Amino acid sequence: MKRYMLAVTVLLSAQAAVASEAVIQGQLEQYRSQGAGPFNAANGEAMWQKQHMQEKLGKEVNCASCHGANLKEAGSHIKTGKRIEALAPSVNPERFGDAEKIEKWFGRNCTWTWGRECTAQEKGDILTFLKAQ
Amino acid sequence: MNRKKFMGVMLLAGCVTVAMATLGWSGEDERWEHERGERGEHGVLPVTSGVEPVMNKTYKAECSACHFAYPAGLLPERSWVKIMNNLDDHFGDNASLNKETRETIENYLRGHAADHIPNRFSRSILRSVDENQTPMRITETGYFVHKHREIPARMVADNPQVKSFSNCLACHSSATHGSFDEHGVRIPGFGRWED
Repeated sequence: MKRYMLAVTVLLSAQAAVASEAVIQGQLEQYRSQGAGPFNAANGEAMWQKQHMQEKLGKEVNCASCHGANLKEAGSHIKTGKRIEALAPSVNPERFGDAEKIEKWFGRNCTWTWGRECTAQEKGDILTFLKAQ
Repeated sequence: MNRKKFMGVMLLAGCVTVAMATLGWSGEDERWEHERGERGEHGVLPVTSGVEPVMNKTYKAECSACHFAYPAGLLPERSWVKIMNNLDDHFGDNASLNKETRETIENYLRGHAADHIPNRFSRSILRSVDENQTPMRITETGYFVHKHREIPARMVADNPQVKSFSNCLACHSSATHGSFDEHGVRIPGFGRWED
């Protein structure tokens, strides 16, 4: 029974990983159709680290301000302190399983962090960086 | 009941009596007099009732990514209306939602707001808010301020594991279930809190 449960767990998490990979590929394809690509994880990482002056807060912020320096660990919201679960799909298979959610958060977070929308190229680079974590 | 357990219960009952007596002496507690009265009605230990926990999935999904999904019963209806109609500047962040989602959440919050939920916390909060005012934060209400008046900044704002009074769940570990009972408080890095 124990072995059976283990097999089911492994199978389910493998399926989740496949699901998020398919969703990410679908998004990348959409960005390509908007004229972006090829995508580069190193550029994505550079974007991830890039600091920007957040005027309302009066300090420099980047993605790690809320998601934390280590993507495999939970971060915490810069203002409310609310725990934000790990973003790395290798430790959190629930990430990137929903295209609408990905776009919603790019919309909110690019605007908050850099004061503008991200381009299709930037989103593709960042997703390529994140999916390998 | 074994002897040890019995002694424990007696000790607890003793502490509660002393705590209630202290409350009775303190003039500044008068505004929350009814709360003590309600405890008295039950005749025993204070009831660990909380507020109604959040039940709406859309509210949880959309709002609790950035902050604790605050129970609707912790603010009056007029506050939720104001908050939900200013989502493009939500405490400095843009938290806009599409029309349908926004309406779903607003309806939930209005229907379960403090003015519509007959429980102790909600009534205490309502009574602590001036009728002509529309608080935008639970932390602004007189009741909240009173209940947290003894917590020093080093335990919250200056505590990297807490950061803000907005982060209910950091210390009130059962907050998700609507329980904000003082006896359940554990402040990260400091431990239990009881005054």
